[in-house]
Amino acid sequence: MTQVENGQPDRAPGREGRGGRRRRRDDALMVPDAEFTSYYGRPVIKEPAWGVPDVPGYLFLGGLAGASSVLAAGAQVSGYGELARVAKVGALGAISLSAVALVHDLGRPERFVNMLRVFKPSSPMSVGSWLLAAYGPVAGAAAVSDLTGILPAAGTAATLGAGLLGPGIATYTAALICDTAVPGWHEAHREMPYLFAGSASCAAAGLGLLTLPPAAARPARTLATLAAPAELVAKRLLLRRLGDIAEPYETGRPGRLLRAAELLTVGGLAGAVLGRRNRAVSALAGASLLAASALTRFGVFEAGLATARDPKYTIIPQRRRRDRRGMN
Amino acid sequence: MSVSTSRGAPFASGPADGGLDPAARSGYADHPPRVGFFTDTSVCIGCKACEVACKEWNAVPEDGLELTGMSYDNTVGLGASTWRHVAFIEQPVVAAASTPAPAAAEGVRWLMASDVCKHCTESACLDVCPTGALFRTEFGTVVVQDDVCNGCGYCVGACPFGVIARREEDGQAHKCTLCYDRLGAGMEPACAKACPTESIQFGPLDELRERAALRVADLRAGGQAQAQLYLDDPDDGIGGGGAFFLLLDEPEVYGLPPDPVVTTRDLPNIWKHVGLAAAGLAATGIALGLGRRSG
Repeated sequence: MTQVENGQPDRAPGREGRGGRRRRRDDALMVPDAEFTSYYGRPVIKEPAWGVPDVPGYLFLGGLAGASSVLAAGAQVSGYGELARVAKVGALGAISLSAVALVHDLGRPERFVNMLRVFKPSSPMSVGSWLLAAYGPVAGAAAVSDLTGILPAAGTAATLGAGLLGPGIATYTAALICDTAVPGWHEAHREMPYLFAGSASCAAAGLGLLTLPPAAARPARTLATLAAPAELVAKRLLLRRLGDIAEPYETGRPGRLLRAAELLTVGGLAGAVLGRRNRAVSALAGASLLAASALTRFGVFEAGLATARDPKYTIIPQRRRRDRRGMN
Repeated sequence: MSVSTSRGAPFASGPADGGLDPAARSGYADHPPRVGFFTDTSVCIGCKACEVACKEWNAVPEDGLELTGMSYDNTVGLGASTWRHVAFIEQPVVAAASTPAPAAAEGVRWLMASDVCKHCTESACLDVCPTGALFRTEFGTVVVQDDVCNGCGYCVGACPFGVIARREEDGQAHKCTLCYDRLGAGMEPACAKACPTESIQFGPLDELRERAALRVADLRAGGQAQAQLYLDDPDDGIGGGGAFFLLLDEPEVYGLPPDPVVTTRDLPNIWKHVGLAAAGLAATGIALGLGRRSG
């Protein structure tokens, strides 16, 4: 009687002895080193067909737009007219660019209108398309009315309407990327929406701080002081949740992007607080927060792609789950 | 526009379904039995007739002509222009330590397996498709409508098996249709028709599952301890595959995920957290509005 030898490193093609070797801060969260088998090291899942910079750019711009509309509504009600205007114009500009990025990323751009063929709650992209279709015109009306002075009452209504839809625009993109088979996104689905809300708010606050004197941008400063710590905490929790799958978030190019983003967020937060009377410091803080938000989105996006590309991120957690259940 | 789920349930293509098959759940009142593939890899000889037949029948374009060095596998994997893929694995076989084995049984064992779209009961590609291009057929299979797909690529990252992909030439997503056109004419899919060893078996899913259970029991009784069925269980992470497999080693050896779970099972939870995050952002906006400007 013969048997196929099991558990030998040279048994099958692609059996690699790597996977989860990196030391992490918290040893209690370390998962034991795992050997795993793959088919010639080929990925199990397909890397998402979404292009860089279109899609990560959209994650950033959509967040900037949505949170800017929230900031615009808050600023308008509390009497910060200049900030409200900047935020409304920023929202319109960002959402217009997003739309271009989204259509450009389609394999068949001329069929973009098919996005509104059905409404499917099971598809975050369908939900997002309808959200964008509702939000875009409202955000546009708010900005145009503010700039031209036409129909001020309708403009105020549009400002509030966009402020209501804005949080959806800023956060649904978390569902968009987490509702995939990509381990580095899917397994982070409990934290990603908060990270995205924080990152979007930092971007919107950053735009206000960058373009206006500190006295006129007070709500933006308040937003930054709330959002930046929230984002940093959400990111920590996200990495902790991911465990071994967090590796690409901490190494390589996405790791560098995310580290830079974190430094800029911390610096931007400090600058926003300290620069309340200094235009230059305040503006620099604003620019830092904007850049941090963009880097965060590119970092999260590319880290996810890295977990799709390497089969270990798919196979090891699933193998562990299967073994725990005692299947076979 | 229609508020439809393009023949899927509101949140996912198949939460607890009360015993309904996917076609019934998708709204087909009177439909043929669910059909699928049982791929018995223990009798696959690696001839790739399935790959060729699929390409010929479905007019699938050329997908690369490089030599990979991966045993006899130069097809590499499923993709937009590869709807059947034969995997080749060469494994060293050694005699069990306890039982002296005849020398002839030592050496290399070949594993060959023809992979295909699983036509999942709970289908991620179908769930996430924003245009309704992907739909559930009356046979319980999952098919892309070429005239609707706008190439958004969402299905590509959603599939837990890496089956569906976007084709460079036309920018659209493509995958196995389980020969929807042939099914409609009462014929079996081209790959199953061409398979010379009946490694690829086509038929009503219920019958295939019964047949597979007998086959795996036979193999195990014959000493193939690692023989296992893959995606045959309606209680697994995809609600069972419309295409399922008999494997002679662990799924990952063949490039298959060991414990796939359809991503949309977590979607209610994902939406919950998105909702909470959005509510937090809205509350922040209200708080900002309450702070009056001073000076």
